[in-house]
Amino acid sequence: MTLDASPDHREDAEPVLAGSDLHLSFGPTPALRGASLSVGAGETVAVTGSSGSGKSTLLHCLAGILMPESGQVRYGDHDITALPDKQRSALRRTDFGFVFQFGQLVPELTVDENVALPLRLAGVGHKEARRRAAHWMERLEVTGIADHRPGEISGGQGQRTAVARALVADPVVVFADEPTGALDSLAGEQVMTLLSDVAEESTTAVVLVTHEPRVAAYADREVVIRDGSTQREQEPVR
Amino acid sequence: MSIGLTLLGLLEGGSRHGYDLKRAYDDRFGQNRSLAYGQVYSTLSRLLRDGLVAVDGVESGEGPERKRYSITPEGVEALERWLSTSEKPVADLHNTLFTKVVLAVLSGRDAHQVLDAQRRAHMDVMRDLTRRKSKADPTAQLVHDFSLFHLEADLRWLELAVSRLEQLTKEIAP
Repeated sequence: MTLDASPDHREDAEPVLAGSDLHLSFGPTPALRGASLSVGAGETVAVTGSSGSGKSTLLHCLAGILMPESGQVRYGDHDITALPDKQRSALRRTDFGFVFQFGQLVPELTVDENVALPLRLAGVGHKEARRRAAHWMERLEVTGIADHRPGEISGGQGQRTAVARALVADPVVVFADEPTGALDSLAGEQVMTLLSDVAEESTTAVVLVTHEPRVAAYADREVVIRDGSTQREQEPVR
Repeated sequence: MSIGLTLLGLLEGGSRHGYDLKRAYDDRFGQNRSLAYGQVYSTLSRLLRDGLVAVDGVESGEGPERKRYSITPEGVEALERWLSTSEKPVADLHNTLFTKVVLAVLSGRDAHQVLDAQRRAHMDVMRDLTRRKSKADPTAQLVHDFSLFHLEADLRWLELAVSRLEQLTKEIAP
């Protein structure tokens, strides 16, 4: 059930990732109560809603980080909810990229080592990983700080580094959870412009969680979540 | 926005003919609506009457006489006063939406639909502005930023209104 705010939503396109009727509770508190969302190749979908509405929980279920109590998450031929932990971890490493609110860069590593990290973890050789990281650092405009550590760079530079890291392994889906939440307006704009440009140029699907309408406006469409449920597009007012 | 004060601002850089003023206004501020010639000349007449502009010279040619206008010291003072005074926030859109939401609740309709439809309309405009902004020069970017922040403020009100609907319904349509 989606409140689809876009006139050009590609209804016919085969989604690369589709969660349907997801339910999950934390103890007695229901977090998801019938949430559904699908995203197509090259499409950016914004998940919006107030604090505690369940938007980050939905993202975590779609990415296979949390397991819903019921419902399905289809990714290609897989039902992610039916995969064992190990396979879900492997999927996250090879097919998904992540950007979180506070970057979550490894503080001991330099910017270029952070960007190359997903490739190194996937077994790519040092030289090749550095070469591919260099491409994405240039694209995200962080080449000049390649040898800096996260503690030595600004919030905006850190988030652009995190976006480069999320994209370095050519993921099928990028999950971005409040990627501009800790940034000022201009730094947030730079991060979103670069992220949306890259998504538009490639076939990468982006699931973007945000509470900021200006950030959601970078997406192709918006799905609103309230009290754990995604909202169906409403009939016109009588 | 005061057109007269804006024209004074454009005259501060040097005297101009009415036609040049219209061109300068449209280039800088006419994103949504260009200025009509009649409006330019009626505004200049008013500024002239109030002593905020003066006629610098009259050129005659084949067509009608062309007056050249310049800003007076009183005009500069008025302009400075305007620029240093903050604008009163206007809230006419939320008044309309408020009326619709209350009417929906009172009549037993689903007020969520009013708010959701408005949200979609706002987001459509914001997406369009965001796309246009990405290709715009810095001046136009500032104009789009202004619109985006104002639309976002409306959306925050819409979100809060959704949160308050239950309470509102209990109060006005128990």
